[in-house]
Amino acid sequence: MASPLTSVRSDTAPPPPVPTSRRRARRARRPGAWLGWLFAAPAVVVYAVFVLRPLLLTVQYSFYQWNGIGASTWVGLDNYRRVVTDPELYGSILNAFELIVFFSFIPVILGLLVAATIRRIAESRLAVVARTVLFLPQVIPLVSAGIIWTWLLSSRGLVNQLLDLIGLGGTTRAWLGDFDTALPAVGVIGAWVLLGLCTLLLLAGMSKIDPGQYEAARIDGAGAIREFFSITLPSLRAEISVCITLTVIAALASFDIIYISTQGGPGGSTMVPGLQIFYLAFSDRRIGAASALAVALVVLVLVVVIPIQRLAKDNTA
Amino acid sequence: MIVTSREAWTGRVLLVLLMAFTIVPFISLFVTALHPSGTYPSGIQWPQDPQWGNFGRAFTSANMGELLWSSGLIVLGVVPAALVLGTMAGFAFGHLRVPGHRIGFFAFVLGLTLPFEGIITPLYYQVRDMGLLNTRWAIILPLLGLFMPFSVIWMRAHFAGMPNDLSEAARIDGASTWQLFWRVHVPLARPAISALGILLFLWTWNQFLLAIVLVDDPAKRTMAGALGAFQGQYGTDIPLLCAGSLLILAPTVIVFVIFQRQFTAALLQGALKG
Repeated sequence: MASPLTSVRSDTAPPPPVPTSRRRARRARRPGAWLGWLFAAPAVVVYAVFVLRPLLLTVQYSFYQWNGIGASTWVGLDNYRRVVTDPELYGSILNAFELIVFFSFIPVILGLLVAATIRRIAESRLAVVARTVLFLPQVIPLVSAGIIWTWLLSSRGLVNQLLDLIGLGGTTRAWLGDFDTALPAVGVIGAWVLLGLCTLLLLAGMSKIDPGQYEAARIDGAGAIREFFSITLPSLRAEISVCITLTVIAALASFDIIYISTQGGPGGSTMVPGLQIFYLAFSDRRIGAASALAVALVVLVLVVVIPIQRLAKDNTA
Repeated sequence: MIVTSREAWTGRVLLVLLMAFTIVPFISLFVTALHPSGTYPSGIQWPQDPQWGNFGRAFTSANMGELLWSSGLIVLGVVPAALVLGTMAGFAFGHLRVPGHRIGFFAFVLGLTLPFEGIITPLYYQVRDMGLLNTRWAIILPLLGLFMPFSVIWMRAHFAGMPNDLSEAARIDGASTWQLFWRVHVPLARPAISALGILLFLWTWNQFLLAIVLVDDPAKRTMAGALGAFQGQYGTDIPLLCAGSLLILAPTVIVFVIFQRQFTAALLQGALKG
């Protein structure tokens, strides 16, 4: 699932680039430099055939009305008009944005707090064990995460059992089947999957901060909170932006968890663009509408992700 | 480092809580899987008479043997090929710096954030027209393409960091570009290649969307795709569903535990690098 982005200072990061002009002068003179493309060609071909071509076709399909079998009719921007006016379609986009709160904000903020608190014991045995345990949700298929939590959140699941135990028996319900709670419940599943990854990423970032900075702050009398805001947070800009990018994409492009846990229900309350595209294209056979929504989703991801990348670059460049 | 004991204890408590949040769902799944098939147990509750046989029954009814074989074939089709293609292209862009490598590289960067749902519809018709629908190739070939952006960018980052002197020395010794690649750079790139291999294995094994759209027969899908079908079949028999889910997620967990160090490093780097 992960789809990773920035380059960050790390042990393996490439050295600062040589000024281009010098490098070009050294390279261009070698005869047969174009032959190097033979190395890149196979990758370029599979990428072009199985990604770029379908991507262009998605754009093309989005201007037609087509049921996948018969003739297609040119409808111009009609499908896009539907994306912004049909509550079923734009509703799925709004739901995806609501999921960002759970998939992104909660794991990143909680991850920051947890990582900052456990930073000092990051070398202990307990923390080493934790590195393994916290990755587990990253390793299993998202489908399994969906099944596990469907059971936990069901009317007789663990969540309700715990609520009963602490005297909140009145609030128990089938969390995924309730109009008001289904979307947050799906969000909790995403938070479970992503919290460990964010925590460990941020922790890895913190381990690269010079401990001398913390010592100096302590000697100057800074407390844990002051330390967090003046040293930890600014040093982690790159890692935070990676976490936000990964988790925002996971929210906007979510499919597996929702397909398994709610199928978009009840009544479309957990419908997201990914699932909607799947239904439109393969159940309703409305290829044009599915494609317009797909284009909207791709654009949306770029519009959200590119500024985050910019923010991170400002600092590291 | 200055660590007060109060801080150390808050850290430990928080860490344990976080681990509990991660692991309790698995325990609940496991305990539920031990209840008699067809019952509707509640939360975490140790059964009076643990039904270990549920795992056997789930193994047979989920066709686990066949599934492992199928997923194995798909992984074998995707991972080695993706490693070879990604390494070669990464070498061309990162080290040879072929003319126009910036444009080529940029084209791959574009694909990095692409949600699979964005191209699934035309992919279906393309795979159908190629006559590959319902075969494992329908998963293997598109995944190769979809993994290329990450693979190329990952390997490019490695090769861009290799010193030029190394190549120049090899050239002076008369190495052709192919020898330079195969004899000098691939051996040095082994850590980067194996980390990439781990990530690609995981992403292939867990791939769901392509599997359910492009392959109808659950026995020809990836492990994750088959789990979707199993859920449809046993959605109401909670203990059996839990047993089946555990069996299907077990291989990734076992591989993870064995290669734990490499996995952790690969996952952390995978998120950061690119």
